[in-house]
Amino acid sequence: MPHIELPEPDVGVLRRLPILIEGLKSRVGQDLLIVDEDGRRAYETDAFTAYRRVPMLVVLPRTTEEVSKILKYCHENDVKVIPRGAGTSLCGGSLPTEDAIVLCISKMNRVIEIDYANRLARLEAGITNLQITAEVAAGGFFYAPDPSSQLACTLAGNLAMNSGGAHCLKYGVTTHNVLGVKMVLIDGTVVEIGGSALERNGYDLLSLVIGSEGQLGVITEATVKLVPAPEGARPMMIGFRSPEAAGSCVSAIIAAGIIPVAIEYMDHAAIEVCEAFAGAGYPLDAEALLIVEVEGSEAEIGILLGRIAEIAARFDPKTVQISADAEQSARIWAGRKAAFGAIGRISDYLCMDGTIPLAQLPHALTRISQICAEYGLKVANIFHAGDGNLHPLILYDANSPEEAERAELAGETILKLCVELGGCLTGEHGVGIEKRELMTTQFSPTDLAVQMRIKTVFDPTWRLNPAKVFPLAITNVMRAGDAASTPEAA
Amino acid sequence: MIARLAREKRGIEVVGHGALRNTGRVAKADVVLTTSGLKGVTLYEPTELVMSARSGTPVYEIEAILAARGQMLSFEPVDLGPATGAPGGALSIGGVFATNFSGSRRISAGSARDNLLGVRAVNGRGELFKSGGRVMKNVAGLDVARGLTGSWGTLAVMTEVTFKVAPLPQTMQTLAFVGLPDDLAIEALNIAMATPLEISGAVHLPKNCVDRLKVPKLKGVGQSLTLLRLETFATSIDERREKLKAALKVYGKPIELDAEDTFSLWSEFRTLSMMPFSTETSLWRISTLPTKAPEIVAAIQKFMDVVAFYDWSGALVWLEVPAAADAGAADVRRAVAVRGGHATLIRAEPEIRNSVEVFEPLKPEIERLTRGIKSAFDPSGLLNRGRMYANF
Ligand SMILES: Cc1cc2nc3c(=O)[nH]c(=O)nc-3n(C[C@H](O)[C@H](O)[C@H](O)COP(=O)(O)OP(=O)(O)OC[C@H]3O[C@@H](n4cnc5c(N)ncnc54)[C@H](O)[C@@H]3O)c2cc1C
Repeated sequence: MPHIELPEPDVGVLRRLPILIEGLKSRVGQDLLIVDEDGRRAYETDAFTAYRRVPMLVVLPRTTEEVSKILKYCHENDVKVIPRGAGTSLCGGSLPTEDAIVLCISKMNRVIEIDYANRLARLEAGITNLQITAEVAAGGFFYAPDPSSQLACTLAGNLAMNSGGAHCLKYGVTTHNVLGVKMVLIDGTVVEIGGSALERNGYDLLSLVIGSEGQLGVITEATVKLVPAPEGARPMMIGFRSPEAAGSCVSAIIAAGIIPVAIEYMDHAAIEVCEAFAGAGYPLDAEALLIVEVEGSEAEIGILLGRIAEIAARFDPKTVQISADAEQSARIWAGRKAAFGAIGRISDYLCMDGTIPLAQLPHALTRISQICAEYGLKVANIFHAGDGNLHPLILYDANSPEEAERAELAGETILKLCVELGGCLTGEHGVGIEKRELMTTQFSPTDLAVQMRIKTVFDPTWRLNPAKVFPLAITNVMRAGDAASTPEAA
Repeated sequence: MIARLAREKRGIEVVGHGALRNTGRVAKADVVLTTSGLKGVTLYEPTELVMSARSGTPVYEIEAILAARGQMLSFEPVDLGPATGAPGGALSIGGVFATNFSGSRRISAGSARDNLLGVRAVNGRGELFKSGGRVMKNVAGLDVARGLTGSWGTLAVMTEVTFKVAPLPQTMQTLAFVGLPDDLAIEALNIAMATPLEISGAVHLPKNCVDRLKVPKLKGVGQSLTLLRLETFATSIDERREKLKAALKVYGKPIELDAEDTFSLWSEFRTLSMMPFSTETSLWRISTLPTKAPEIVAAIQKFMDVVAFYDWSGALVWLEVPAAADAGAADVRRAVAVRGGHATLIRAEPEIRNSVEVFEPLKPEIERLTRGIKSAFDPSGLLNRGRMYANF
């Protein structure tokens, strides 16, 4: 059996459900509520599909004011709330509990203001990531963070997870591209954190909110930076005989003072699956593939790719191929961005998200293979190589509870390895329920107490997104009513 | 040490080497705790673009170590020492992150906060904790490290910081457009920033500010200057310069500065050499929308003589105003409040800095959260009490 523990539902709350539904109806109207079981079942999981819990109620507000009313009501009636965007979290970040209300903001997806002169846009947070770029492309701009799930995932989810993407090597992750948010606290108070200026006034509360996984409040609007679209961009593919050669090549490119927009790594297993899916011309005979993309004018792109090819030549590559045209470039990226889906077509998988110092890459890959072999499982590795973010995909059969558990254990061992090597548990997917108990391997009790006290400032009774991010035993205590007393370091 | 002081409930003033001691409010403290003994780089991986240093390490030492490997701090920390009558060259790396004061290249490379990866710190309870790490991407738990930036030592004393470094540009050039009024200049800067040419500095200096420049090539121009810096590979700089000139053709024919002059010019901005220390004037730092910046300056100018230095294509204004009992706070705050943004008083006599709000006053609900965060880190209010806000 998958072995992540989920809290027992609070039967007292479930008993009060009819009253709660009436209470919410009278405050925000019937239209926003999903009461029937089939409707609620659509929200029972996210992209961490091994775990499912049907929430007792789903609410789909359209305005900040409605969010405020809903939260205030939940606060006064002691109900837990699960903030949700598109439900593409890979770590169970938006997994419901049966005694909670899912507050999904996907209907709040309007553009409020686009200000090209100051290079920013104000949006409702339920807008999808890709839609933001679609709205501003005509003005010559784009929104930089580009998670592979960008067609579906919401800005709110990106903010809550501090999501990244393939092009974050140059443009940074979500926290580097946001100026301010409007957020509703659990008691219904609406706060503006940050604003539209570049600098924050006073404490940098925005840094605490971004990446807080729905623990501090419900984000309803955000102001993001717009980045001018590059003149052009082109990827090249370099196939290597060994992971070591690929890893050393990445270091050499950076040592030469070149920071490409993206350096993506795929191992042999991933190359095969993605090539079969996308027909991008990936080198099937390579042990490791780097996709390196640079931007600039035609002339600049030519010169930079030429220099990268020279550097790569020092590592005895099997193939060096510069994308011939826009059509091939699109296919190269389509293959990479569809990698999870392509692998999902051949097997169930658990996607890991550890980060390591680049120098540890060869060692880490060897150990990952060993670990998976020890658990009798196959693995495919995809990797944001430029910034050390590993995505080992552990393949398993979801119909076998025993195999699912082995996959989870292999995953845990890999993440502990990442921490040991000087990295961290998660580079972009978040902690959620998945890595909750592992937090103690990366953080001391004091480190965690420091974070949990911040949570208590924003959400004194720990009603927001329960049983996530922090080890369950600790959060149970906080929810049991002890939260007001600050957690002490053990 | 802090644990002991915390037990004794003694107020602590946190300082590095004193570069920032004449900025902000004056902390109420029984003892001074300096990080100046916490020196040295503890990790440097040039091929991973990462460095860790103890918080008291002087910035110039860090920059020298980086330069030897062809790298830099991309966010160009600003040393306020010379402009505030504190020692120059005393800026510590901890002070940089505690204030998050970044220089001109912030416009392309992000702020100090954006480049911070991890910290070790001691809070007001005397607990040593860490947040973040040494890898570029890390979303495990709350981003406490970045949350500490801009908190001026009121939450915790950073003991070690880990940050991203960047390759030095191969070459650089500056285009200087002459004689533009403030509003047109800001317009030109923002047109440049909307191109994909990766402008790494966008500054406007009105005439009275130009008169204070030291760079020989621009010293005697006698008119306003609107400055754009290009930094890139030698093979592409000429192409980019020509494209930029074409994009800004209607703003006139710019003076062109080579790499050497470009370096000297932008180095001046790193110590605010155009805003030299004086007791006859006060200095404000205003963060706003670029398009609002000229309006704010014009509005304040109605009441007093000002010298303005626009950085970050107008998103930041350093504003010198005549000394006054409130350092001009009433007029500055009103002008900013109407147009959006916030203002920080940087230079004034200590009595003035303690009698007016130095930081932009907080909205009630944000003040509530701010006080909550302060007491989560420092429940007895021992660290730099009163340094940012009078009451906590
Ligand atoms: C195929 C696939 C590829 C992916 N690729 C990437 C990738 O390249 N990079 C990457 O970083 N991630 C990736 N992800 C993970 C996921 O898409 C991101 O975490 C995304 O940001 C989640 O957005 P969402 O709208 O689906 O949020 P949800 O899954 O609905 O929620 C995510 C978290 O945000 C919280 N939340 C949601 N709305 C709010 C709100 N309004 N206020 C406060 N908190 C809120 C939730 O409680 C939850 O903790 C991928 C996922 C899939 C399935």
